[in-house]
Amino acid sequence: MAKRIEVSDLNIYYGNFLAVEGVNVSIEPRSITALIGPSGCGKSTFLRSINRMHEVLPGARVEGKVVMDGQDLYGADVDPVNVRRQIGMVFQRPNPFPTMSIADNVIAGNRLNNKGMKKSDAADLVEKSLRGANLWNEVKDRLDRPGSSLSGGQQQRLCIARAIAVEPDVLLMDEPCSALDPISTLAIEDLMAELKERFTIVIVTHNMQQAARVSEQTGFFNLNGVGQPGRLIEFNPTEKIFSNPDQKATEDYISGRFG
Amino acid sequence: MSTATQSTLQASSPDQDPVRVEQRLPRFAPLGLFLAGIALGAGLSALTGFSVTSTIIYGVILGTLAVYVASRAVEGRRKATDRLVTSLVTTAFGIAMIPLVSLVYTVLDRGLARLDADFFQASMFRVVGEGGGAYHAILGTLIITALATAISVPIGLMTAIYLVEYGTGRLKKSITFFVDVMTGIPSIVAGLFSFALFTLLFGNQVRLGVMGAVALSVLMIPVVVRSCEEVLKLVPNELREAAYALGVPKWRTVVKVVLPTAIAGLGTGITLSIARVIGETAPLLITVGLITGTNFNPFDGRMATLPVFAYYQLTQPGTATQAFLDRAWTAALLLIILVMALNIVARLISRFFAPKTGR
Repeated sequence: MAKRIEVSDLNIYYGNFLAVEGVNVSIEPRSITALIGPSGCGKSTFLRSINRMHEVLPGARVEGKVVMDGQDLYGADVDPVNVRRQIGMVFQRPNPFPTMSIADNVIAGNRLNNKGMKKSDAADLVEKSLRGANLWNEVKDRLDRPGSSLSGGQQQRLCIARAIAVEPDVLLMDEPCSALDPISTLAIEDLMAELKERFTIVIVTHNMQQAARVSEQTGFFNLNGVGQPGRLIEFNPTEKIFSNPDQKATEDYISGRFG
Repeated sequence: MSTATQSTLQASSPDQDPVRVEQRLPRFAPLGLFLAGIALGAGLSALTGFSVTSTIIYGVILGTLAVYVASRAVEGRRKATDRLVTSLVTTAFGIAMIPLVSLVYTVLDRGLARLDADFFQASMFRVVGEGGGAYHAILGTLIITALATAISVPIGLMTAIYLVEYGTGRLKKSITFFVDVMTGIPSIVAGLFSFALFTLLFGNQVRLGVMGAVALSVLMIPVVVRSCEEVLKLVPNELREAAYALGVPKWRTVVKVVLPTAIAGLGTGITLSIARVIGETAPLLITVGLITGTNFNPFDGRMATLPVFAYYQLTQPGTATQAFLDRAWTAALLLIILVMALNIVARLISRFFAPKTGR
């Protein structure tokens, strides 16, 4: 299930503006890869280009290759909708669908695609996904309540449940804990540790302790100045990045001497 | 430290209270002064031959002045300005209310006379004097408005979806511009457009209910587009991205996520746009005309509608003038009731269809 992603010579544009330049990286399956770096350096942009969410914005485009399973995701015959079915995403702010109940939110990926499901299958999927997201015990008695009735941390876990319910190969997380309190953050970090058994996880985070706690590989993005494209400065095992990084810029950023 | 500072401060100004007490007018003094001003205004008005209008005009001016001067003397400049502006704003509100109250009162006063069962059951077929009713006109208005809605809502809603979800660049800008222009089209022009269109298609002297519906649609579509566009813009982009990230195609995202989230606002906007056109007279006058009998078929011949009915009752009374005037007023009253009902429906829609927060 979990798959390796090979990115080569990826340039990401907003219109004519080159936002991220020359990314070469190999993301290992069944592991957590963290992306760190200052604001505006292109980590989220890069993350969104992995499942072709980048091109949703008007004028946004990508050059280069993102290969998963021997298939270039940016190939001419690849439908972005299919890519997104294989590579799920969790966003910075929890965004459950306000018109749907908790249960409907979990199976939204199937419902919205008009996949016929038996009632019992749907209930099983809801339970399995909510258990997978460590939310089942908290919401099992109120599955028909609106998703927006949950707390922020619960909503974010609901969004994770929704993302894993479609059984993707890869899970992208764009600062999933930045809007949450420390306890909810801990819950989600524990959850990631469980999920990496089944998924390839890529997480963008501003919290370096979080990157150090949860990830196996870490990529450091940086940019030389305003208006310059962001670059992947260093990509190494997390331990090496945080103890003995190859690049001076990485060490400066990690030790707080940035800018 | 603080106690020492406070004690020195108090010592330096022993005759001042720690909290400043302001001189204020007694609670009912402003109202009393204002009424005194009105009484004085009545006296002034009596000098030149008493009338209610001049009493109110003199009274409001004198009352406002009295409150201001008294407040200035007792409470100081800031408070006095506050009271003056409060009076001005209240007066403006009162002036704005005069036509509304007067209109509602007049229509109720004259319209209630014929608001009986007969008015809803009888048409004007072979009625030249008293009796008769607006059965045919009520149904005509409902049929033509429903037809106009059926034409306008799909076109308007889809245009709004195009503008918010798909449109880019110059085409989007020009559509927005022309929709804005269409919002300001005089209703008679819309009527003439429909008249010309159907005359070209079906020859001279053609009068059909559907012509009126087309004319109303020309007026209604821009209103629907604008209101739906505003509502669709309010749907957070995060929801669209959440759906895309689940591998949901764009059109399904629009149909199953964006529209359901916005349904309350869309329903409200559409209902208000119906209220906007249901009382239109001019376009119906030249396209649909009027008949005295009942015609349910908008594709065959003239139909009666409430606004046109009221117009003809007023301008071409038959043998019993008062009966015709009564019917005109009742038709007007009924139109106001319809518009009011539509506004209430719009409020109910926005209350009951809004996404539940569950808190």
